[in-house]
Amino acid sequence: MTDHDATETLAEAVRAAYGAAAPIEIVGGGTRRAFGRAPIGTPLSVAAHTGIVEYDPNEFVVTVRAGTPIGRLEEILARERQALAADVPRAGAASTIGGALAIGLTGPSRPFSGALRDAVLGVRLISGTGEVLRFGGRVLKNVAGYDVSRLMVGAYGTLGLILDVSLRTAPRAEVTEVRDVALNWPSARAALRRWEGGLPMTGACYTEGVLSVRFAGRTERVAAACRIMGGESGDPALFTGLRDLQGAFFARPGDLWRLLVPPDTPWDPPETLIDWAGAQRFWRVAGDPAAVLACAARSRGQAMRLLGTDRSRGPWGAGVPATMALMGRIKAAMDPRAILNRGRLYPDW
Amino acid sequence: MRRLKRILPADGLLQKSADVAVYECDGLPVYRARPLAVALPRTVAEVGRVLALCTEYDIPVVSRGAGTGLSGGALPHPRGIVLALSRLDRIVSIDPDNQVARVEPGVRNLAISEAARPFGLFYAPDPSSQIACTIGGNVAENAGGVHCLKYGLTTHNVLALKFFDSGGTLHEAGGPTGEAPLDLCALLTGSEGLLGVVVEITVRLRPRPPATVAWLAAFRSLQEAAASVREVISQGVIPAGLELMDGLALSAAQDYTGIPYPEGAAAVVLAEVDGDDLAVALDSERLRAVFTAQGAFAIERAARDEDRRRLWLGRKSAFPAVGRLAPDYYCMDGTIPRRSLVPVLTEIGALSRRYDLPVANVFHAGDGNLHPLILYDAAVPGQLERVEALGADILRLCLDCGGTISGEHGVGVEKLDGMCAQFTAAELAIFHALKSAFDPYHVLNPGKAVPTPARCVEPGGMHVHGGRLPFARLERF
Ligand SMILES: Cc1cc2nc3c(=O)[nH]c(=O)nc-3n(C[C@H](O)[C@H](O)[C@H](O)COP(=O)(O)OP(=O)(O)OC[C@H]3O[C@@H](n4cnc5c(N)ncnc54)[C@H](O)[C@@H]3O)c2cc1C
Repeated sequence: MTDHDATETLAEAVRAAYGAAAPIEIVGGGTRRAFGRAPIGTPLSVAAHTGIVEYDPNEFVVTVRAGTPIGRLEEILARERQALAADVPRAGAASTIGGALAIGLTGPSRPFSGALRDAVLGVRLISGTGEVLRFGGRVLKNVAGYDVSRLMVGAYGTLGLILDVSLRTAPRAEVTEVRDVALNWPSARAALRRWEGGLPMTGACYTEGVLSVRFAGRTERVAAACRIMGGESGDPALFTGLRDLQGAFFARPGDLWRLLVPPDTPWDPPETLIDWAGAQRFWRVAGDPAAVLACAARSRGQAMRLLGTDRSRGPWGAGVPATMALMGRIKAAMDPRAILNRGRLYPDW
Repeated sequence: MRRLKRILPADGLLQKSADVAVYECDGLPVYRARPLAVALPRTVAEVGRVLALCTEYDIPVVSRGAGTGLSGGALPHPRGIVLALSRLDRIVSIDPDNQVARVEPGVRNLAISEAARPFGLFYAPDPSSQIACTIGGNVAENAGGVHCLKYGLTTHNVLALKFFDSGGTLHEAGGPTGEAPLDLCALLTGSEGLLGVVVEITVRLRPRPPATVAWLAAFRSLQEAAASVREVISQGVIPAGLELMDGLALSAAQDYTGIPYPEGAAAVVLAEVDGDDLAVALDSERLRAVFTAQGAFAIERAARDEDRRRLWLGRKSAFPAVGRLAPDYYCMDGTIPRRSLVPVLTEIGALSRRYDLPVANVFHAGDGNLHPLILYDAAVPGQLERVEALGADILRLCLDCGGTISGEHGVGVEKLDGMCAQFTAAELAIFHALKSAFDPYHVLNPGKAVPTPARCVEPGGMHVHGGRLPFARLERF
């Protein structure tokens, strides 16, 4: 695959769509089309817009075109012994960085190294009127203007077509180890709290009586951490599976829900998989989601449906009307004719 | 006014000029204005009612925390009121098990860490003004601090917000992990009081690191010191803080605190590493190696709390210390890529000589966030204008090397012209559209942070300099 700047072609396409008020579905690698509601519109592929715009390893910042496959980006970073600062999920080999940003999920290292949106320093995007705009920058601190870059992350492509993104990178870990130990959930939580800030954790998940922790970093620290935790050697694929929503748990039937809760929330029914040291819980639900919603309400958390058969339901439930109206006005500010991924996040935009 | 008075507690509305006087400016006193009145609500509900009333009568509202802002963000509107949130200062809850604190906007930054201390936790973003500034002001400015290199800015540490839009409708944004369909918290953070009035903030607390060691490395040239900063990061060490002070700042700090720096130091770099003992030992080893290789002629280490405080004292009191060197100083704020530290600092030195105005540099070097302090005397006619011209030149330098006009102090009224240089008309139009989404009648802090398109095409602004258009390589208007 070669580097290619497709800005002009893409902007032209969006301008035409704006002129005709004809909705478009933004497609990257096409590996995440099952996320969100089924959008209305003609597909517009960003997959040809690829390559590194700027990468200075000493700055720990990379600026990359949105159509670049994540795997390819990681290869380029790996040559400099670096990795993306956030744990970016991929749904397949073709998964692009732009698609990852639009869906906005972060893998298991989220509580330790931050969310995907925390790694975003700036974006260049095409607005719903077809204009090419730049927000944020390539430096670590920047408070000029509203933070439109972060706003783009997790908006399911409804606010703009992401062209390029500047992301923070981090030194690649020397070694990675996974340890498993059998514990009940309250003891597992207590242990995680003790280790946080001290041990080099990059993942902590819990299922069916076993706490699994991933350590990564310098050889000496990881070795010390493994000694402190004890238990036995675990399977690293557990964590990459969690990141990419793949593996035995995710292969089960039913809709896939995620609950975002205070990490200390008790362990609910056995079909739950706890990630993010307690803050994220995956549920498989067949049919009526009342139990998930009740659990979210009890713990003052949020429930989000990631994947499911009924594509008329969105990832997020309807919020308070006044706030929904405010979000609708934000959408209109970025995409006045609602042509970008119409219906993907909410039915009316 | 009568209706406003009824909404507020008995002592909650200031109108007498003597009472209002302290609210005339923030931490950038070159801009002053007298508001119609100052409202001091005690409850969230009162804030909502004040806003609804002001929108009804089209009265501009300028929110204010502690007034320590350095870009004129809390400068009053002459036809409006100041909405002072300092009395909403309750820590609603600290939840040590989930490591979060829920606080009202008037709580001082440091008070959060103090309240969390008994649980072994702290709130990481620590602006130098942390004894005084409020968390509401921190959210509005997306404040940073010495420890932001490792722990992130305000935006990375806010999980949820409650805020009023201009009509007085309360919204809740974020959640236990900060996830949301549209990240309203991110929009509000750094919005300088233009999009909403924040009335409750849920912040993330972190465990206090078991070990912390501070390092000081002294160099014979500013360039060597700046180069070492870049090298530290390149080596993969992310210190909790990485700061630089130049010779002028050092001598001022030394006179102020009485704590000497190594004789002959043209600049020092301060670095702090934290974590468990092993992490600190490993990072310390690398720091020492880098500093030595980069030509440091003296290196000091401080592990005990008291010694660390001593090592940091000069840095923490650098602003007041520099303030004693001249009747006035102007604190600039811009960010550049670390690779440009050496050339930009060299160029600032040259500009300082050309304008004949001393400039001291004390700044967050690890994240490339410059704070040149320009020394001057406002009583000398023409000096302030020269300072502003020098400041504009410095910001232009930042932009030319791919940086930004504000790293953490915000745009306020001070940098409206800089915004014209950093953003295109179409980008500014998006900012205005977003503003209108939250505040259709432009009641909240009108005229700040985002310039009108008209202002940007006026000649004489910073983008027309010496008759030629700078930033020629950028596509700007
Ligand atoms: C000596 C000194 C050192 C400093 N060091 C740093 C530093 O290291 N890092 C840094 O980032 N800054 C620093 N600052 C700048 C300043 O302290 C920060 O910008 C701080 O966040 C301002 O908080 P405040 O409560 O004083 O806000 P104010 O100055 O009162 O207000 C700032 C802005 O926020 C708005 N605002 C205030 N409260 C609310 C609210 N509840 N809802 C909506 N809008 C609101 C105001 O309208 C205004 O636009 C320093 C300032 C001084 C004087």
